[in-house]
Amino acid sequence: MMRWIALAVLLLASAMPARADDYEFPASAAPVRMLVVGSTTDIGIIRPVIEAYQRSNPSVAIRYRELTTNALFSEARDACAGKRPADDVVLSSAMDLQVKLVNDGCASTVLRPGLQLLPDYARWRDQLFGLTYEPSVIVYNRRAVAEWEAPVDHFALLDLLRQPDRFKGRIGTYDIESSGLGYLFATLDDQRSSTWGRLIEGMGRNEVKLYCCTQEILDRVADGRLTLGYNVLGSYALAEAREKPELAVIVPSDYTLVLTRAAYVPDNAANKADAGAFLEFTQGPEGRRILNEEALLFSPLDGADYMFRELGRAGGESRTIRPIALGPALMVGLDQMKRRLFLKQWRDSLGIAED
Amino acid sequence: MLDVTNGGPALRTRRRPSIALRLTLAVTFILLLAATAALWSAWNYGIQAANEAYDRLLTGASLQIAERISVADGEVLVDLPSSAFELLSLARNDRVFYRVVGMDGETLTGYPDLPLPEEAETRAATAYETDYSGETVRAVMTTRQIAERGMNGNVRVIVAHTVQERIALARDIATKAAILVGAAALAIVLLAWFAVRYALAPLIRVERALLSRDPNDLSPFEIETPREIETVVDAINRFTRRLDRRVSAVQSFVADAAHQLRTPITAIRAQAQLAAGEESPDRLRRINKRILDRSIAVGRLADQLLSHAMVTHRTDSEPRERVDLRRIAIEAEQETRRFADAAAELPLLDLPEEAVTVAGDRFSLREAVKNLANNALEHGKPPVAIRVAAEGGRAIICVIDHGGGIAQEDRASAGTRFRRNRAASSKGASLGLAIAHEVAVSHGGELTLRDIENGGFEVSLSLPLAGDRP
Repeated sequence: MMRWIALAVLLLASAMPARADDYEFPASAAPVRMLVVGSTTDIGIIRPVIEAYQRSNPSVAIRYRELTTNALFSEARDACAGKRPADDVVLSSAMDLQVKLVNDGCASTVLRPGLQLLPDYARWRDQLFGLTYEPSVIVYNRRAVAEWEAPVDHFALLDLLRQPDRFKGRIGTYDIESSGLGYLFATLDDQRSSTWGRLIEGMGRNEVKLYCCTQEILDRVADGRLTLGYNVLGSYALAEAREKPELAVIVPSDYTLVLTRAAYVPDNAANKADAGAFLEFTQGPEGRRILNEEALLFSPLDGADYMFRELGRAGGESRTIRPIALGPALMVGLDQMKRRLFLKQWRDSLGIAED
Repeated sequence: MLDVTNGGPALRTRRRPSIALRLTLAVTFILLLAATAALWSAWNYGIQAANEAYDRLLTGASLQIAERISVADGEVLVDLPSSAFELLSLARNDRVFYRVVGMDGETLTGYPDLPLPEEAETRAATAYETDYSGETVRAVMTTRQIAERGMNGNVRVIVAHTVQERIALARDIATKAAILVGAAALAIVLLAWFAVRYALAPLIRVERALLSRDPNDLSPFEIETPREIETVVDAINRFTRRLDRRVSAVQSFVADAAHQLRTPITAIRAQAQLAAGEESPDRLRRINKRILDRSIAVGRLADQLLSHAMVTHRTDSEPRERVDLRRIAIEAEQETRRFADAAAELPLLDLPEEAVTVAGDRFSLREAVKNLANNALEHGKPPVAIRVAAEGGRAIICVIDHGGGIAQEDRASAGTRFRRNRAASSKGASLGLAIAHEVAVSHGGELTLRDIENGGFEVSLSLPLAGDRP
């Protein structure tokens, strides 16, 4: 019975029909070369990067397919097995799933000088590359929480959660059973700090609300339906905070996980040359400028300074930044049994009844 | 004067590889062999070291996973520790696979198709190589015993990764070893070059000594030489000595010949001048007779001088052949007849039935006998005889006449070249003896002068008999 549920999460996507939104970026010069990008990143955020790339490569037509992490994983795995045509670039925020695909031999090696510069954590086997630098942050509504009592780290958050009834039903976080990203953050929280168990207990006590996606949490915190959001993707939060002054963003000062959107070129991709060039472009001067200043996804190469500038703070606290390293260690969380055990603990703590 | 040293490059023998080159080639060859062996073992050692190092990672990770196996509600649970995967991540670029197999052989978690080792070993950790996911992978299996109520058996934990990092490490070790071996080989070649130069320094010293020598200096070399080339220098010295001897002989011959010829020629010229102012036919006839006599004497002297020079030259240069002394006697007799006055008596021949064979130079021997016969005809009393015999293991050829022979006081010095105090009128008797003496000595024999009991004088050449075989 338990096993059924555990497997269901991973297999859900393959069972569902792929619900992909395709965006076409036609080429402006002949002869046309086609580049297919499968991605989990919102088209609105990635669009400037694609358009900039096409300005310097006018003969490349790009088809941008936007999918959920699990759908993208399932399609990429099928493509790897030869069951469907592969995308030329697979770009996903689910770093663990990307590692799993590369570990299972789905990726080709890309040797490009611009990608060799990436720090160790953002590069694995010269096949998987981390292109962004996105912290997991805490967001709150300025009208509901005063700046002086805002949780600057995980312990402060724990303390805040002990206040009776103030946050009951007003905290939001990922539903880690349906969100790959939330699950990844949760497992890493568990591995890296002693506060995880107490934190989910505290959230359970306060009847935490679970959401599939970052945007839903941000919308609710911004308009006051929620007071706090935990483990929210910083890049989206900062972009939202530019427009909604009520939304405040905190990079926890004890430790901050940093996610890097990982991309690989499938071994059976049709257009590997342009795929590699596209990946390299994102870390070139123009690509980095867009990531750092427009998209707020930041680059692993020099994005930290831009991120702190956006937060309105100096970059001196970067020593508590913990980038998530691409590598086999991320596969622990994907283990069927591990996942089952972890989700059981999660449900028990939050008081969620088993189906 | 002979020019000894300036033979020039034209006389050089074809150049062969130098000793230094041979040594260098030999050393290089040995080094190449040694370096190849070293590299081969370095590569093997590298693989072994890399395998040991990375197998420990696998074993460690496998044990860490095994430790987290527990039993709850009759179900085996594996709570994968992230530390195990952190450990595996130390092999930075390798793909990682794992599998946990339960007591009944069912896969509890991980990659269900990851191969198990072919032979089930009882050791704590079994390392093996297999193919998975299109690549060679190295795997380690550890076993955890479960002994719970109603459950008893082994849970096996297999951890594997690709071998990219191992090969990189092995290559790194081998490359470093190769650099070391290469540097060592280079150093050895360099040192060997110095060693070769040091060892060959005496040769260069000899070469310099040879080159810096005055061409007229024929004295032996006195330089320190290592044992190996002592014989070479000795040979050079022997050659120089012989050359020295030859050059001295030529010099003294020229001096002697000039002296010997000048006096009779001056006398002939004086007689001719006398004849120019003479009216009386009687006197003119007498003068003419004297000129004729002197001319014959000078002719014979010149003949002897040349013969002597020839004999001296042949002594050093002509190869020895088997010569029958009877034949020498006959030829000498014929020659004597050809040059003698018509009136003169001819030598008699006393030859044995058997051949008397010596190893020698036919020409020299003939000249020696001819000169002795001429001496006997001129200075001794007829009858003159040439006798050949084999006596007491020696070959004898002697010329006998019936005169008084040479004065006793002169016999000791007889045969030692010329005696300059002698006038040309002696008609070269001593020169003939000198030729015979020289021939005797160069053939390893001796020249003996003795009176015969019943009146007469015998000059005999005694030579070693040649064996039967040529």
